[in-house]
Amino acid sequence: MNYFIRNSFRILVSGSTVYRLWLVFLLVLIAVGTLTYVEQYREGLIVTALRDQVTWGFYIGNFTFLVGVAAAAIMLVIPAYVYNWKPIKEIVILGELLAISAIIMCMLFVSVDIGRIDRFWHLIPVLGNLNFPLSLMAWDVIVLNLYLFLNVFIVSYLLYAQYHNREYPKKLLIPLILFSIPVAIGIHTVTAFLYNGMVARPFWNASILAPKFLASAFCSGPAILLILLQILRRHTRLEVKDEAIWKIAELMAYAMFINLFLIGAEIFKEYYSGSHHLLFTEYLYSGIGEHNAIVGYAWLAMFCNIVSFLLFLVPATRRNPVTLNIGAVLIYTGIYVDKGIGLIIPGLTPDTLGEIYEYTPTTSEVLISAGIFAVGFLVFTLLVKLAVPIMLGDFNAPSSASTEEVAPATA
Amino acid sequence: MAKPNAKPTDRSYHRRSFLRLAGAGLATAAAGVFSGCDSAEIEAFFQKRFKELSREELNAVLRRLEEKHARELGREVTIRATPPNEGEVYGYGLDLSRCIGCRRCVYACVEENNLPRQPQMHWIKVLQMEKSHGIDVYHSNAYYNPETVPQEDYFYVPVACQQCRQPPCIKTCPVQATWQEPDGIVVVDYNWCIGCRCCMAACPYGARRFNWTTPRMPPESVNPDMEYLGNRPQMKGVVSKCTFCIQRVRRGRYPACVEACPTGSRKFGNLLDPESEIRHIMNRKRVFILKEELGTEPRFYYFFAT
Repeated sequence: MNYFIRNSFRILVSGSTVYRLWLVFLLVLIAVGTLTYVEQYREGLIVTALRDQVTWGFYIGNFTFLVGVAAAAIMLVIPAYVYNWKPIKEIVILGELLAISAIIMCMLFVSVDIGRIDRFWHLIPVLGNLNFPLSLMAWDVIVLNLYLFLNVFIVSYLLYAQYHNREYPKKLLIPLILFSIPVAIGIHTVTAFLYNGMVARPFWNASILAPKFLASAFCSGPAILLILLQILRRHTRLEVKDEAIWKIAELMAYAMFINLFLIGAEIFKEYYSGSHHLLFTEYLYSGIGEHNAIVGYAWLAMFCNIVSFLLFLVPATRRNPVTLNIGAVLIYTGIYVDKGIGLIIPGLTPDTLGEIYEYTPTTSEVLISAGIFAVGFLVFTLLVKLAVPIMLGDFNAPSSASTEEVAPATA
Repeated sequence: MAKPNAKPTDRSYHRRSFLRLAGAGLATAAAGVFSGCDSAEIEAFFQKRFKELSREELNAVLRRLEEKHARELGREVTIRATPPNEGEVYGYGLDLSRCIGCRRCVYACVEENNLPRQPQMHWIKVLQMEKSHGIDVYHSNAYYNPETVPQEDYFYVPVACQQCRQPPCIKTCPVQATWQEPDGIVVVDYNWCIGCRCCMAACPYGARRFNWTTPRMPPESVNPDMEYLGNRPQMKGVVSKCTFCIQRVRRGRYPACVEACPTGSRKFGNLLDPESEIRHIMNRKRVFILKEELGTEPRFYYFFAT
């Protein structure tokens, strides 16, 4: 155990200057975010721009987007284990590490958004009172924790087995890995249903919401992995075949097509039927009167989504590393805006009594959110930095004869 | 059992050292969290849900709260937990032909229910609508501020919690801090609410309010007759809303807004009593509800008497 801890620590802190600067950068963001959160804890959520009229905003928007990223880890699991597709199997672990980091960020975003975090124990069944099955938020608490536990368990076991140069117990892990597929779909469906079930909010109370969530999750989540895999391929001995990367990008293109189709279907229904539900879609895409704070974001998202779809669809641009990476950034940006600002704000604006309060996050909200993103990126960075040497066989448990220290893989 | 120089791969050794570390960490954390609290604060932290409190526990909670507020406000207060009356389900009537938009109901409610003055919280919102357009909340203005009311081309529609028969809000609460009582009033246990605001997103009538910061009110304005599920002082990070003045109506009085209205636009009564004022109105006038397509079935009826 001591050997493991000592050498893990060494692996985590050693690396190139870029790597070390990255860690410092993240730690600074976390420090600033934490200090800002302390102020929010003392003053209350009044330090945000949230008010009774727009009661959820940046925090919950980020939460919704990240649940999608977490669910997208299964995009790698499905071909790997169900179709036994060689090129992806080796790198599924990285997808699950991303899922873990994303779920941690989700939980942090919900935690900073609720008014009484000191009363979190009220959510624990038996100790408190979890309103299951009526409350969708209660479902979310359960499935998010279940998904986190599943991923932590599976990844720990896989790496533990690799560390000890043993075969992992297929009979235990394969069923769990397959089980994580419906759980991943579950976490995002439950989150969608949380919004979907609210009769008060016509923008959300549409059957298309759950399918749209899943489509947008599958096209955005893997974008980070696309970039990460290219970094790892260049700086470590980790083998990532081109086909694996291209396959992920291809699947993302199809998911984006479905997402764009569903967005189009929504736009048709609202503009053609012209009921008062149109008001919310209008606020998003063209503003109402002089209230147009988020129109720019709506069209930015639309642009990013369509361009990235084309870049990933066309094999030539999909295989070109420059256009591939531009596409990855665009797809991530597009869905981030689409599911954050583009989902929460129009759902709540105009409010239920017709008032338009234009919400834009305050500096406090941005700093706290940046801190949380930094926590997620830090967790992901450290987990990957530790996992890759184990996967490559560079970091193994010592045999009884050996007393050598481990040389960390370059980063 | 571990040998004196157990190898790092020995599983039981791993397990024990991990557990030791975890146990020490947890103990330290707990000591840190609770070191600064006195016994009342610790009691408050662990208080159970309202519905799970026995009568003795509830009385202890009420006494603790009374002491706390007496200290903070500098005067004695009484906090009750009045049970609902059998055979009573409350209904509200609002005569739109009489409302002049003076907002006296809004301020009477603030005083009766010890609502925060800083930041200002109003449970009732009065919507000004155009006569030429008719009833349409998406074409309304809650911030009208002319010299005198009523204004020629407008009419006024006050909105507060509708105490729906099918409340969309209570379903969403992840901890059941809000529920519907047998007499129809939808209540909030401020000591159980975690402030997630799902209920606020779910309410179609914008009836719920949130304490975005520590609420403050001048001690001299306090109404000392308080109800646990009603007009007691609120705290930071919890949701509140109109309770039909639960502290009054369970004792046979009218809600404060009904008494404050200078034109007699507000009517209140027991829906189960065929002789009540509200039933009288429902029989003789034509009542309607807001957003009836949502299936909420409010107990708040609008009508036109003249």
